[in-house]
Amino acid sequence: MNSDLTSFADLAPAFPELMLAIGAIVLLMVGVFTSAKSSNQVVLGIAMGLLALTAVLEVIHPVNGVLFNGAFVQDDFARFMKVLVLIGSAFALAISVSSADEHKLNKFEYPVLVVLATLGMLMMISANDLISLYVGLELQSLSLYVIAAFKRDSGKATEAGLKYFVLGALSSGMLLYGSSMVYGFTGHTQLNLIAEAISLGEPSLGLIVGLVFVLAGLAFKVSAVPFHMWTPDVYQGVPTPVTAFFASAPKVAAMALFVRVVFDTFEPIAKDWQQIVIFISIASMILAAFAAIGQKNIKRLIAYSSIGHVGFALVGLSAGSQIGVEGVAVYMAIYLTMTLGLFACILALKNDEGYVEQIDDLAGLAQSRPFVAAGIAIIMFSLIGLPPLAGFFAKWQVFLAAIEAQLFVLAVIGVLASAVSAFYYLRIIKVMYFDEVVHQFDESVFALRFIIAISGFLIVTYYFTLGVPLTQWAQTAAGSLF
Amino acid sequence: MNIINNNILSILTFLPLVGVFFLLIVPGNDELAKNNMRRIALATTLVTFVFSLVMWAMFDSSNPGFQFVQNHSWIGDDVIGYRMGVDGISILFIVLTGLLMPMCVLASWESVQNRVREYMVAFLILEFLMIGVFATLDLAMFYVFFEGGLIPMFLIIGIWGGKKRIQASYKFFFYTFIGSVLMLLAVMAMYWQAGTLDISKLLQFEFSSESQYWLWLAFFASLAVKMPMWPFHRWLPEAHVEAPTAGSVILAAILLKMGGYGFLRFSLPMFPEASAYFSNFVFVLSVAAIIITSLVALVQEDIKKLIAYSSVAHMGYVTMGIFAGNILGVQGAIFQMISHGIVSGALFLCVGVIYDRMHTRQIDAYGGLVERMPKYAFAFMVFTMANVGLPGTSGFVGEFLTLMGIFQVNTWVAFGAAFGVIFSAGYALWLYRRVIFGVLEKENLKAIMDMSPREMAVIVPLIFLTIFFGFYPAPILDATAASVEQLVNQYQMSLGQVGALAEVAR
Repeated sequence: MNSDLTSFADLAPAFPELMLAIGAIVLLMVGVFTSAKSSNQVVLGIAMGLLALTAVLEVIHPVNGVLFNGAFVQDDFARFMKVLVLIGSAFALAISVSSADEHKLNKFEYPVLVVLATLGMLMMISANDLISLYVGLELQSLSLYVIAAFKRDSGKATEAGLKYFVLGALSSGMLLYGSSMVYGFTGHTQLNLIAEAISLGEPSLGLIVGLVFVLAGLAFKVSAVPFHMWTPDVYQGVPTPVTAFFASAPKVAAMALFVRVVFDTFEPIAKDWQQIVIFISIASMILAAFAAIGQKNIKRLIAYSSIGHVGFALVGLSAGSQIGVEGVAVYMAIYLTMTLGLFACILALKNDEGYVEQIDDLAGLAQSRPFVAAGIAIIMFSLIGLPPLAGFFAKWQVFLAAIEAQLFVLAVIGVLASAVSAFYYLRIIKVMYFDEVVHQFDESVFALRFIIAISGFLIVTYYFTLGVPLTQWAQTAAGSLF
Repeated sequence: MNIINNNILSILTFLPLVGVFFLLIVPGNDELAKNNMRRIALATTLVTFVFSLVMWAMFDSSNPGFQFVQNHSWIGDDVIGYRMGVDGISILFIVLTGLLMPMCVLASWESVQNRVREYMVAFLILEFLMIGVFATLDLAMFYVFFEGGLIPMFLIIGIWGGKKRIQASYKFFFYTFIGSVLMLLAVMAMYWQAGTLDISKLLQFEFSSESQYWLWLAFFASLAVKMPMWPFHRWLPEAHVEAPTAGSVILAAILLKMGGYGFLRFSLPMFPEASAYFSNFVFVLSVAAIIITSLVALVQEDIKKLIAYSSVAHMGYVTMGIFAGNILGVQGAIFQMISHGIVSGALFLCVGVIYDRMHTRQIDAYGGLVERMPKYAFAFMVFTMANVGLPGTSGFVGEFLTLMGIFQVNTWVAFGAAFGVIFSAGYALWLYRRVIFGVLEKENLKAIMDMSPREMAVIVPLIFLTIFFGFYPAPILDATAASVEQLVNQYQMSLGQVGALAEVAR
């Protein structure tokens, strides 16, 4: 690829990343030079503004291109996923505001780490080279490890951070090993050149081994079965606002990376990776559906639910078609909306004993806090995939792709798994609506109610509001990969 | 007028949501506010009913095609779109929905005291979804409305239901949901084969023979549960028993009809070969439903459960008539569905009347009501007779037509199904005797009051309709005739083509 960067304007495709990188460094300065009391709020505010501004920049200044000797690519698909990531990070910060003190997140380093992690995610999404892919992934992961253990004096959070680090490092190792195999058998690190090399001849066994390791590493990052073990522990252990962050933006980024790697790099051996994706998709859907039934802790339940939803998103990927990628993109956008809304609901429920943790604590919520209960109920019905809520349209897109690709068995297993998963989502609704009041909760802050309202509104009116623009945008995004 | 004319289906469908909006902004939660909410719900449902009648008046029954059609694309031309339209098969279900909703609101006037706002919102959303099911001409949107109804109904049973409401609501949800997701996959498969989700285009499309069987089975999984056909009916008695009165009415009168409507709209015209292939299978299940569930109804001790089982039996006539595949059978099936909607709805309302007074549904707890409640005894008698299928009530026409239709196809099926007429007389009359006749000896019944004006306002129109359609079924049969004729002709023609091809191949 061309490498003649003659002027600053040539860097235009990477402006959002540059903005975030410079912003993060400035934020560190701001944090240091403002008074200790207010530094947290100031930095948090600027960080949210920075993330939002970057998202706006992505939308109003769309420049596609390949930079840095082909290591960095900006296209419609990357832009779609980046906007999702930025929205996810910004809202995850927003819902942490009201509870930052209780959760010991009230230090200015927290928003800076979130910004850095987000920068890593953007790099991952745009990575077009095994090296830049790994660097982006590690920038993200290292920030996330620190964020996980941010509440230093909490045993659970430290444990979660350690688990996350050890298993995350293992997965990075597998990814690296796989990358080295792929490089060894094709002679390239750049994704599209690898694809060219593969399509030249019969794929060698070593390449397939490399593929398996790369996919295993990626499956770790999206927390698909059988590499999901860290998810419930980490989700439960870290403070709830951090869980909200972990469940939203990094998932989207890892999924985007997954899509790019399998389509850009391993397109010529689609049959091989499709088998793997189908397997982890089925395994994720089934395991999550059954394992979540017994959960009593809301965050563990959400962890299993997120594993299941990754499985559903992978159904779209298994199809190996443009419609499938479109489905994945739409799925991640809707999943993000639901997840952020759900965490806003959970953080809105607080009393003298602290934040709600157990499902049974929600008993009778429909009478004590009807607004939040309605928000949770809408999100639960949407997670089940009931029409006319947004969750249905997400499933519609991915299963439509699977049926087109004639993956009937996968589709039937998928919809039946979604029926099983309905059981535990309904249990939450049952507890809130059918049972009697047990706990009273304090009034929540306006920001959370606002986020719940937005999320609920978008989910309910998806067909009329979000549906058309989102689908069209996802279509363009998916088109850029083919 | 022209605007209304062109958009009447959209207006009808979305009117209940206007009521929801007003319900949500009513301030307060005291008695006054509750009464205002009830009035808003009543006014909304009444206006919707009036609009549905206006639509029926404007409907041209000589035209077999879709009318009041609206077609707007959503994303792309042939993917999910906003398509509306009715023909002779669907229009009456919309009118039936419009008719029964105000009665449901009236029936819940005093019996529902807690969470009135949520209750009325759930019912109005349910009405929106039910009308949508019958009014939409987009296959995916049909699924959206069909499945969306689960949400309000699940909450209605679970929040305002009886003692075992949670189990009942779960059973209702899972039976329906598991069946429906398979239909969803079939919808997608149809989209890839035909390249469109527009029902009016799909009706013209010929699905390949191999795929028809699978598609038919997937639709059957959903529709047979909804209908419900024996042996997929297990959720129904529990849901009926535990649901509040109005919930039972809607369940019996409208939600079950979605199954029959689905068979008529999709299975028969779109998969004719498979329908013919599986028709004997359906006949067996229908006759089994008629005989077995009638016998089961005989031994019930709960009034609502008895009526629920009798519903399953009556739906057996509907499936039998539909798959007879001739004009008599299909006309009879539609008539039976409308009539059953009125009669079973009325029966559940009648049960609600005494349940509100005594708070029990056990048959043993009653007896001799005729002494204190003569008006009630009369009303209950009319509906019992209609349930039995006495000539002169609407129940007779549907059973008679479906039996005629099936007689032309398979005498043995008709023979078996005719037993249902006898059994239904058995359980219905016996129920009537135990509840209404006999000596009034139970202490707590001695002060029971006859129907109030509000209850009369609900019951009297239904009595009138039951007898009116019994003597003069023409309004219903005329409205459906043209569309049914076209449906049956197409069905027979495509079967004839298959037969001819088989001849050629030989």
